[in-house]
Amino acid sequence: MTAAKQNHPAIEVRHLFAGYGRKTILRDISFTVPQGQIVTVLGGSGCGKSTLLKHLIGLYQPKSGDILIQGRSIVNASDEERRSIMKTFGVAYQGGALFRSMTLAENIALPLEEYTDLTRAQIAVRVEEKLCMVNLRGYGAMMPGDLSGGMVKRAAFARAMALDPAILFFDEPSAGLDPLSSASLDQLILSIRERTGATILVVTHELDSIFTIADRAVMLSAATRSIIADGPPAELRDHSPDRQVRNFLKRGREPEPRQPNED
Amino acid sequence: MIRRDSIILQMGGATALIGSELLTFIQFIGEMTASIFGALRHPGKVRRKETLYYMNVCGADGLPITILICFLAGMIIGYQAAVQMRKYGAEGFLPGLVGCTVVRELAPLMVAVIATGRAGSAFAAEIGTMKVSEEIDALRTMGFDPIRFLVLPKLIAMLCMIPLLTIFGDIAGILGGLTVGVGQLEMPLDSYYQTTVIWVKPKYFFEGIFKSGIFAYIITVTACWRGFRTGNDAIAVGRATTSTVVISILMIVIADAILAHFFNTIFFTV
Repeated sequence: MTAAKQNHPAIEVRHLFAGYGRKTILRDISFTVPQGQIVTVLGGSGCGKSTLLKHLIGLYQPKSGDILIQGRSIVNASDEERRSIMKTFGVAYQGGALFRSMTLAENIALPLEEYTDLTRAQIAVRVEEKLCMVNLRGYGAMMPGDLSGGMVKRAAFARAMALDPAILFFDEPSAGLDPLSSASLDQLILSIRERTGATILVVTHELDSIFTIADRAVMLSAATRSIIADGPPAELRDHSPDRQVRNFLKRGREPEPRQPNED
Repeated sequence: MIRRDSIILQMGGATALIGSELLTFIQFIGEMTASIFGALRHPGKVRRKETLYYMNVCGADGLPITILICFLAGMIIGYQAAVQMRKYGAEGFLPGLVGCTVVRELAPLMVAVIATGRAGSAFAAEIGTMKVSEEIDALRTMGFDPIRFLVLPKLIAMLCMIPLLTIFGDIAGILGGLTVGVGQLEMPLDSYYQTTVIWVKPKYFFEGIFKSGIFAYIITVTACWRGFRTGNDAIAVGRATTSTVVISILMIVIADAILAHFFNTIFFTV
């Protein structure tokens, strides 16, 4: 993967305002994700994590601000440019979003058939390679409906990696999984970064995952609709000046007296 | 106390809602037309495997029920007409009446209603469920056009199979009338056949086929549009399916009325 050698950040968000109709969901969001980093976007329910992700991957148009993916604006891009930008990243959705009428192998092969000139045999090799990366070797002929939740998520990772993208977006990868499956998925994310050098942005509120995988955490607040913390998770947990941040990262166990003025 | 808006406010709200839905419908037709032209320019990009799958679902799977319903509908018309015609000694016109009614109106309409219930509702549920499970978002983020992927195979399948089913419906309906004519009115089989051939002109047959193509387009567009407009939960999928059936049947009947007027005033004026 050559993306890691590039000078510009993998993702750059500039003064993003987003919402539906008159409602503002995100206010003045700015952050960058350098090449090769794993960044988690976290925050309580309803803080706008998923909305932010949908803007980053070009599904929603912001009210104002800009989002640069590999130095190219996805906000101001034409449809053709946007499609080209979209090929530089892969997305694994919360529920996997695998096409249920297709086998796992067909799901992974789909972007390869559409966007590459590879022969069927070459595509089959590539599919098997991706399945191996997510520990699903030999499951290619199975339908998504026949797999467990954890396996579906891993298969979604494999599909997201089909075109060897420079950036991977994972939406709540641990949601609905038992602690062991969740931990194994965290290890998988780390191994993907190690093997591919991809930049990874994970939307999650699973603290164990955040401390295991993240180089940096960006925290959103449901109250202010903006970023209230940005830094390495352990540092934020121990030294953030914002009690709300420390509390979130310590599961509300911080033994400090209640200070109404601080919030 | 429950606060109720005035009738004028409610009517205004409903009108605005219908207006905005209509706008999305027109937008959807526009996107679909662009995809159709795209497919005409690059026919290789149409997903053949899915198209064949939907041809099987819409056509072969729907054939038995289509034949049964059209046969029974032909019989019903035959019975009802025979009773009235016998009063005036006009039984001899029964084959013509059944044949023309079946070929011009009944078979295309029946096939369209069956297709709405079978294929239309299935299309809406399929696309709606895909929307709920973020599969459509996944298609978009892979840079694929969801209309090319999800709508075009269905549209091509319906445009091929509904007219084909209508031909089978025509035959079944005429056979239903023949059963009554030969069985109840004791008309000779040969005479019934000859009278049908004289009355049912090729242009009536093509009128029915043309209509069925229009109905196929209406069903597919409505079903896919409702599917894409589904909300984000399972109840919304049910609503999308119901609205597909209601809107499709309404639009089919309206289109049929317009086409009937069109054919009778422009093409078949004698």
